[in-house]
Amino acid sequence: MNVNAKLTEKIAFGFIGASIFTVVLFVCIILYYIISNGYPALSWEFFTSMPRNRMMEGGIYPALIGTISLIIGSMLAALPFGILAAVYLNEYAKPGKIKWVIEMAINNLAGTPSVVFGLFGLALFVRYFGFGPSVIAASLTLGILVLPIVIRSSQEALLAVPMEYRQASLALGVTRWQTTKSMVLPAALPGIVTGSILSIGRVAGETAPILFTGAAYFLPRVPNSIFDQFMALPYHLYVLATSGIDIEGTRHIQYGTALVLLLVVLGVNSIAILIRRHYKKKLRLN
Amino acid sequence: MGEDFLQNFEIAIKVNNLNLWYGDNNALKEISIDIPKNKVTSLIGPSGCGKSTFIRCINRMNDLVRTCSIEGEVLVYDEDIYNEDIDVVELRKKVGMVFQKPNPFPMSIAENITYGPKIHGIKNKNELNRIVEQSLKAAALWDEVSDRLDKSALDLSGGQQQRLCIARTLAVNPEIILFDEPCSALDPISTAKIEELIMNLKKDYTIVIVTHNMQQAARISNYTAYFLHGKIMEYGDTEQIFENPRVKSTEDYITGRFG
Amino acid sequence: MVFKRRHKEKLIEATLFWIGSLTIIILILICLFLFRDALTLFSTHSFYSFVTGSLWYPTADPPLYGLIPLLLGSVLVTFGAICISVPLGITSAIYISEIASPRVASFLKPFIEILAGIPSVVYGFFGLVVLAPYLQLWLDLSTGQVALTGSVMLAVMALPTIISISEDAISSIPSSIREGSLAMGATNWQTIYKVVLPAALSGISAAVMLGMGRAIGETMTVMMVTGNAAVIPGMPEGIVESVRTMTATIALEMGEVPIGSEHYHALFAVGSVLFIMTFLINLAADIIKKKYRFKLEGS
Ligand SMILES: Nc1ncnc2c1ncn2[C@@H]1O[C@H](COP(=O)(O)OP(=O)(O)O)[C@@H](O)[C@H]1O
Ligand SMILES: [Mg+2]
Repeated sequence: MNVNAKLTEKIAFGFIGASIFTVVLFVCIILYYIISNGYPALSWEFFTSMPRNRMMEGGIYPALIGTISLIIGSMLAALPFGILAAVYLNEYAKPGKIKWVIEMAINNLAGTPSVVFGLFGLALFVRYFGFGPSVIAASLTLGILVLPIVIRSSQEALLAVPMEYRQASLALGVTRWQTTKSMVLPAALPGIVTGSILSIGRVAGETAPILFTGAAYFLPRVPNSIFDQFMALPYHLYVLATSGIDIEGTRHIQYGTALVLLLVVLGVNSIAILIRRHYKKKLRLN
Repeated sequence: MGEDFLQNFEIAIKVNNLNLWYGDNNALKEISIDIPKNKVTSLIGPSGCGKSTFIRCINRMNDLVRTCSIEGEVLVYDEDIYNEDIDVVELRKKVGMVFQKPNPFPMSIAENITYGPKIHGIKNKNELNRIVEQSLKAAALWDEVSDRLDKSALDLSGGQQQRLCIARTLAVNPEIILFDEPCSALDPISTAKIEELIMNLKKDYTIVIVTHNMQQAARISNYTAYFLHGKIMEYGDTEQIFENPRVKSTEDYITGRFG
Repeated sequence: MVFKRRHKEKLIEATLFWIGSLTIIILILICLFLFRDALTLFSTHSFYSFVTGSLWYPTADPPLYGLIPLLLGSVLVTFGAICISVPLGITSAIYISEIASPRVASFLKPFIEILAGIPSVVYGFFGLVVLAPYLQLWLDLSTGQVALTGSVMLAVMALPTIISISEDAISSIPSSIREGSLAMGATNWQTIYKVVLPAALSGISAAVMLGMGRAIGETMTVMMVTGNAAVIPGMPEGIVESVRTMTATIALEMGEVPIGSEHYHALFAVGSVLFIMTFLINLAADIIKKKYRFKLEGS
């Protein structure tokens, strides 16, 4: 082996090492800034009190409740349809054109910009269905946004259920639907839960789709019905950081809100990973 | 197709001129066979000769294979099971199946047994408990697991899992049970237990078993059919097949000069 | 009873079919509702001047809805992001799948997952309060809210997509190919560079396409850090000037326009352009991916 080749390898690996280091460094810097600056703002009061004095003081209570409402609403919309769509694709659909088109549609939906979902939600739910800017319009919009995630992760979970289980169940004279309902879905449940949890993280963090479908700039109360407007954590952060009354003076509230968002998203993701780890072994036949 | 040696018996399964294709692979050719009630009939032959394919025709598990097409008749108690009016679900209740690899569901032992009965409409707790006990006893597993019915079935040994699968099949009250090489994944002791079980079961059930192991066929079956290249080369009394084969290829296979 | 059950199964299958087709229906609905509101614009405003107009000035009299500055803004920021994230992403993927030990790789992967999980508004916030001031200082700019800031943040956001899909492509190369090369006395790097990367090329291209789709459609981050000046960016100095992307325009202005006005429809027209662009990018990625799967299986 000649010296040149070895030298080239050294240089190349040096670059590669530097680049992975850069990526990790990015993550650390972002986490460091948000956590170290956001941590002092966190307190029980921060979570449970209304924004006060034109949002220059006080907490994030209504935004927290708004985000939780969105999570519940969008999951109610996306989970049943997403899981059943995955059931159709994995348990019923025959390979062919229709399945191909559906898979294509899922990929495209997954790649559609979130602001486009915002426009769609505005045109369909807010205007056409006449919901107005509201929790329900925003939840449905977000539900559509995460539908591809729910479908994909449910499909993966269904795929992990061994074929043998289905065969054994069918051989007992159990219909396909009963097999799916009583055998396949329960076995796939942990995987499906993992996927849904990941989509919760997504719902909590998305801003563009709720801009025109119901998020309120400032609304110092919790929404009183699904047709009411709401505050939400990500939009609240955006407002404080770009168009608040005292942008510099409320940095600590901004960092605090960013940290809460980060905690929600990362917390939810780590729960998902733990669930996945815990149940991975349990499905396998020996 | 009345074989002389079956003259005095009631026929459970009657197959006439069955042809089966996977795409354009003609996996079963002109199969005709009568399988008697409450006897053990074994299917032997080199691997790839179509034994599993054949046995899966009897409860229509081949319906799950998209490329599969079938011609001919399969009658179970004189009913053509490929007739359009036949309900596959009812058929499979009547014709149970135990697979090569033990495949208990990832549930508790008791739930594995009650899975079928519950779905078929039995709700009563006592009745379900009775079925659990009865099925496990019939599968000679009760003594080993009666104290841990709510533990995961996946923690059982391979042999116990296979007996659990048999018990699970018994729990839906089939009349015919198909076994596709049920012992090929098991150790000799577990195998012996299952063989004994099968011999006991024949009092109440018609049994068709695919086996790779000729001693096993000789030990447990009343009748034996020898498959080769998708055809039945010879079918007869087990004793006759093993001691006095009429067809040259059967003899070759049995004496080990083949496959 | 048998009859009833069979009917029930058929009914369930039909229902599931419609639910399965829901994604297609939604996609069609998106096209319908987006394009319908967009096309209304062209009853009062010329299509030609929308596509070729060099001024986006909706409050002028008469209002000007020229797409070009927004389109170029999006292209510039995305191009910058791709220039940063493609080399970083591909080399990181090489490191994780070819060089790192399994233990190191399993230590690195959570970092990538964290990157993927951070909400875009948090990226935007970080870009705005941390990165922009630093860039302003280092590059001696009048403001830090410029295209470059957006590109850097978008690059970070596109990294997880690029890394994870490239990594899939690289690890799906059979190890026999690597061993063949190593056995001939090639170094590790020569093997990666001459054998593994070319074999994974189409998978990596798909990764780049998807990363690009992600970057061009990103809204909150660019809106918070690129300054939002709706002017045609100069090349190349536009990278350190404020720009405004299509996504930011929609997000910024939609809140203020009267519903059903000409401006409202103009924003839908911009949204339609964005949707069509990402649709084509995703389609291309899909086709490339399919091709490469086919190629690998064929060999
Ligand atoms: N699902 C299937 N699809 C296509 N061909 C199959 C399938 N199952 C079996 N075959 C083919 O049918 C023939 C018989 O197989 P099988 O019935 O499994 O044999 P045996 O059980 O006797 O070993 C073989 O040539 C096999 O390749
Ligand atoms: Mg077989």
